[in-house]
Amino acid sequence: MSLSTMLVQMGDGMLKSISIFIWTLVLSLPLGLIVSFGRMSKNRILRGIVTFYISVMRGTPLMLQLLVVYFGPYYLFQANIGAYRYTAIIFGFVVNYAAYFAEIFRSGIQSMPKGQYEAADVLGYSRSQAFMKIILPQVMKRILPPVTNETITLVKDTSLAYALAYSEMFSIAKQIAAAQTTFTPLIVAAVFYYIFNYVVAGIMSYIEKKLSYYR
Amino acid sequence: MAVLEMNHIKKVFGGLTVLEDISLHVDEGEVLSIIGPSGSGKSTILRCATFLEKIDGGEFSYMGRKAAWEENGSVKYADKASLKEIKKNFGLVFQNFNLFPHYSVMKNLTDAPLNVQKRQKDEVMAQAEDLLKQMGLSDKGDAYPYQLSGGQSQRVAIARALMLNPGILFFDEPTSALDPELTGEVLRVIKSLADKNMTMVIVTHEMKFAHDISDRMIFIDGGVIVEDCTPEEMFSSKNERLQSFLGKLETTY
Repeated sequence: MSLSTMLVQMGDGMLKSISIFIWTLVLSLPLGLIVSFGRMSKNRILRGIVTFYISVMRGTPLMLQLLVVYFGPYYLFQANIGAYRYTAIIFGFVVNYAAYFAEIFRSGIQSMPKGQYEAADVLGYSRSQAFMKIILPQVMKRILPPVTNETITLVKDTSLAYALAYSEMFSIAKQIAAAQTTFTPLIVAAVFYYIFNYVVAGIMSYIEKKLSYYR
Repeated sequence: MAVLEMNHIKKVFGGLTVLEDISLHVDEGEVLSIIGPSGSGKSTILRCATFLEKIDGGEFSYMGRKAAWEENGSVKYADKASLKEIKKNFGLVFQNFNLFPHYSVMKNLTDAPLNVQKRQKDEVMAQAEDLLKQMGLSDKGDAYPYQLSGGQSQRVAIARALMLNPGILFFDEPTSALDPELTGEVLRVIKSLADKNMTMVIVTHEMKFAHDISDRMIFIDGGVIVEDCTPEEMFSSKNERLQSFLGKLETTY
């Protein structure tokens, strides 16, 4: 197999890897913010449930979680969700990453000085206005470094979708490597992930620079 | 009519009574200073009056409009809509400024008037520029809070509070975070407001300033008002607690 045929086959997988990455990020960030509210809730039951969910998500392997999401419905309810493989993968990733992002949001929100809320309150901002206009923008700046870490990890984690036999880039690389007894596709895969993350890190540091207009 | 009237205010923090029984009133155009030792409850009075803390007893009102009162042995606050109206009566200047670091000086001043009060942009901008000029900060509109000195920050915070045209302005130890040089520039601004008949309540440790600027002074200790009188009476009072606080008693060392 020529390198170009190999790259064409892997290119299709790359697009799938990128789509897992983008969907997970776009969905898990807002979900993480919502989950962090539950984690900080005054309602003990809600807080307990959310804390347990986060600890399970962080305490068990993502690969195992993906298997549970995809095969669980069959073993539990004899429901065959084989047609929804991609949805199951996104669901598994989002639910896992939302837990990590929730803890990052929580630490950021709780690190905000009380005086910012009080000043906003005295100036007449409603609670939601104060959060959206005064608190959240500052939280975003504070949590950017840990969010960058998670995002870089996510790029590499997309390869775990191979556990559900989804033909993203890493699965294809492995297949070709096994079938053609060559090491080349794995090197291509490594280069792909490296460049992907190089771009991600570049974008994040651009955002960080953009937000450095204040301290 | 009193701008602010507080009657028998009580505040307890987890079993510790911080305000025992506080009654005071502030008339229009009056400058009232509250002095007293640390932990005496001075700041708590302002925090209760500005709804940052809930009172546990008593009642208070702005311009005759009841904000909170006792009913069947517990404290009731006015409904949300009334409170929103009542809160327009006052502004608060904090000890540590609490400017919004992600907003420029101009935006710190104009964001609440524009986006909360929904006022006209031209009018708000003109008022902001005018206030910055008064504060001697005309060139700082585009600066961010981290670029300001403590004295400049506090003057911006005062301007921000004035943007909402409050009927009464509270100062919670406005110079305690500043060194003596910067203290002067902030006190001068407060003095200029007093000259314009701004109604103010100032919690402060600056005794000479309080003496010079106030129409009335309150000395508070242990959550109760010990003296409520003119500055002259305050500094010539025979009350022992007050004298020892003002450092007038002979020291034994």
